[in-house]
Amino acid sequence: MIELNQFLILSALLFSIGVIGIFLNRKNVIIILMSIEIILLAVNINLVSFSYFLNDLTGQIFSLFVLTVAAAEAAIGLAILVIYNRNAGSIEIEKINTLKG
Amino acid sequence: MSMSLITFYLFSAILLLSSLMVISTKNPVHSVLFLILAFLNAAGIFVILHAEFLAMILIIVYVGAVAVLFLFVVMMLDFKTSLEKDNILQYMPIGLLIGLVFIAELVIVLINTRLDLSNIQILSNPLDNFSDQSNTEAIGSILYTNYVLYFQLSGVILLVAMVGSIVLTLRDREGVKRQIVSEQVDRKGKIELVDVKSGEGIDI
Repeated sequence: MIELNQFLILSALLFSIGVIGIFLNRKNVIIILMSIEIILLAVNINLVSFSYFLNDLTGQIFSLFVLTVAAAEAAIGLAILVIYNRNAGSIEIEKINTLKG
Repeated sequence: MSMSLITFYLFSAILLLSSLMVISTKNPVHSVLFLILAFLNAAGIFVILHAEFLAMILIIVYVGAVAVLFLFVVMMLDFKTSLEKDNILQYMPIGLLIGLVFIAELVIVLINTRLDLSNIQILSNPLDNFSDQSNTEAIGSILYTNYVLYFQLSGVILLVAMVGSIVLTLRDREGVKRQIVSEQVDRKGKIELVDVKSGEGIDI
């Protein structure tokens, strides 16, 4: 039988891959958006595995809401990306320094 | 090794490898395709966890909508992938260090901890109440009763996202000829009434 820890380790690895994707990426913002999707997927796996091992349905309900918010976030993020590309002509992260941060 | 363990290892290996490919490929189209593969394998993990409804929703919503949206944007935006100077090495050491420390901490904690969930009594929707129902029926029977407010709020979130993305991407282009129906059917100033004397006629 698969234990809870295995699912949690899988989810932790997936979460870390998403975080590393945000750190290492210097090319374009779209990869960062995909990394955020990977992070939310890891969170969903965590919620569903706790739902299964606690024998409780609430985790799956919450995972459904996370899915909804992730879809909304992807739509808004891609819209911002499209207008940013239209205005600045590029979506490279190194050139996004309008705020001088 | 039981069959479910083998499937778990298979799905999670492909999931981790494809998500590594998502963040490491140069071509964004390849990234999106690997993201689709990752979502499909996560759906497999969900099926192992007896969350069939969520697995199917993951395939429909993520693969069918979100990943295709990503694919559309990647293919329609013509971003020039700058191949001239690739200074990924500038951030590679510190990024990898932070990432590896993060992974190591999480995994060490999880390996050394044995979570005992058997005596937790905080369940709000125990699955035993739904033992005669399918997963979809069980989710529906509490999503539309106990969680109906949250359900409707998530609908509002989706509406706001839809309106927001339309407003953001809408623009007026210069030099586009549009049909203006009111101008087209308006006869004012375009016809002239002339009194014609009988027997004379007029010059046009």
